[in-house]
Amino acid sequence: MHFEYSIIEGDFVNAGAASSAVKKTLKQLNLSPVVIKRVVVALYEAEVNAIAHAYGGTIYVDIDSEKIFMKVEDRGPGIPDLELAMQEGYSTARPEVRDMGFGAGMGLPNIKKNVDKLVVNTKVGEGTTVEMEVCFVE
Amino acid sequence: MEKNTFYHALQIDEDKCIGCSHCMKICPTEAIRVCNGKARIFENRCIDCGKCYKVCFSKAIYLKQDDFDSIFDYKCRVALVPAVFLGQFPTDIRPSRIYAVLYELGFNHVFEIESAVSIYAYLKNLYARDHTDDYPLISAFCPAIVRLIQVKFPSLVNNIIPVKPPVDITAMYARKLLEEQGCNPDDIGLFYITPCAAKIAAVKSPVGEEKSIINGVINMDVLYNRVYKKIKEQGKNYVAPQFSKARLSSDAILSSLTNGERRLCMAKRSLSIDEIDNVIEFLEKVENDEIEGIEFLELRACDQSCAGGVLVCENRFLVSECMYARARKVAERERNGETTRDLEINKERDYLAKNSMVESIKPRSMMVLDKDISKALEKMERIREIKNMLPQTDCCFCGAPTCDALAEDIVRDNAQLTDCIFIQRSLEAVDNMKISEAIDITKKIWGNEKLNISNDE
Repeated sequence: MHFEYSIIEGDFVNAGAASSAVKKTLKQLNLSPVVIKRVVVALYEAEVNAIAHAYGGTIYVDIDSEKIFMKVEDRGPGIPDLELAMQEGYSTARPEVRDMGFGAGMGLPNIKKNVDKLVVNTKVGEGTTVEMEVCFVE
Repeated sequence: MEKNTFYHALQIDEDKCIGCSHCMKICPTEAIRVCNGKARIFENRCIDCGKCYKVCFSKAIYLKQDDFDSIFDYKCRVALVPAVFLGQFPTDIRPSRIYAVLYELGFNHVFEIESAVSIYAYLKNLYARDHTDDYPLISAFCPAIVRLIQVKFPSLVNNIIPVKPPVDITAMYARKLLEEQGCNPDDIGLFYITPCAAKIAAVKSPVGEEKSIINGVINMDVLYNRVYKKIKEQGKNYVAPQFSKARLSSDAILSSLTNGERRLCMAKRSLSIDEIDNVIEFLEKVENDEIEGIEFLELRACDQSCAGGVLVCENRFLVSECMYARARKVAERERNGETTRDLEINKERDYLAKNSMVESIKPRSMMVLDKDISKALEKMERIREIKNMLPQTDCCFCGAPTCDALAEDIVRDNAQLTDCIFIQRSLEAVDNMKISEAIDITKKIWGNEKLNISNDE
């Protein structure tokens, strides 16, 4: 099953729209609430990251009977130092983003904690692609 | 294992139901469909919130209750009375007068449910202290909310504080006290005067327990009528015998109203949310992990909490105001040191605390399409295809509350694509359906009567 959602720059009002929709789908699949929560938390973080830093992008979601694969692709500044970005508390979020309660520097680390597989491809000046996978059975 | 079907207080009287579909449109869990011109409730989806009961103008939805005379099956007849019961009466009728009438109607004992509120609050605070990982914790006070979480937000069942509501704690206390006074356990009949449907269901089919300690339920509107009639008959100058006094603290009086529990909780940040659609909106956010820092949620299914219960006779705002007025009076006496906050029940705190935890509250999701994930995915794909064919008008002509609900019903084999009138018209346009066939479908959903207007000609 395949879904796509678009991301609009700075649209914090609708942050969580994609993760909510995915959650609704997963609730119909008889998955454990723990798995659903991990997916929703990870996707929400990735969604917020793209809204905060990029100029727009697309979320692709594929679900089969064993796993969910999520790809968040954005056009944006890219991440200059990926290793640093993976550290808890490190953030380059703009002040206005922080004022809205986002940008605590927990995004990527939090994603990593919740998914089984994480691949980040980034190119400065072009954009970032975050690929996440969560398996339904251990 | 949880049982597959659940006791429901809300029932449909088919003789009175005209199949108007108002209940179907308002149901927050999409638990109602129209079939053969009558509303039908899906038992596993219904949470007994009572919204359908309020909206039904044909009075076709009723609440199963125990006959009042069933109290006389017991020698020792106990009324468990909530504070909202008093809130319905004019303020010049004193609580002790109302309680006296309950004795005259046949009860031997009156216990005020909210006398257990301080023990209840103490247990919740204790639990909250040890379960910081499960924040925000959700009170189990309102049984409709517990059921809502079980069916619609199964991932949040662990957030529910598994402390029994005050009525159960008071019931335990009453039973213990009467047994100690020499009553034969089989002779004691505990009757709960209920303001709502969910609480009836909670007694008849408790969540996380085998059997309720309460023996029967009397609907508040029925008792209100009996009591009020008696007071009117007795007239203004009647001197009521003193049986039982109102002893509740001001905090206890207000506990069943919105903010009532929140005032007694130790959480630094907490919220009170009443009315079921408001609660659903907020729980969606909690489920997404979007809410940070909130420690406690007081959630109630009815607007104005228990004052808005479907069986409360007076207007909910007036009931609430009346209870605040009573609480203010008591608070003044408390400040002057005229009342003691030390109720007898608190002497039994340890015994009651030991028996006031619910064993476990299990999820029972209504949303799962199939236990087998591959089959569920297939079904989901089909639902998506069907949704694309439907008009998204949510017109309800198919007998389901929304187009999405119809799509799901079709995949669950509970409905046909041709139930949709837009599909019928499309098929008629290309001569793939006769008008008579379409009319037959409509009759199957809405019954014969609604289409027989011109039969007399």
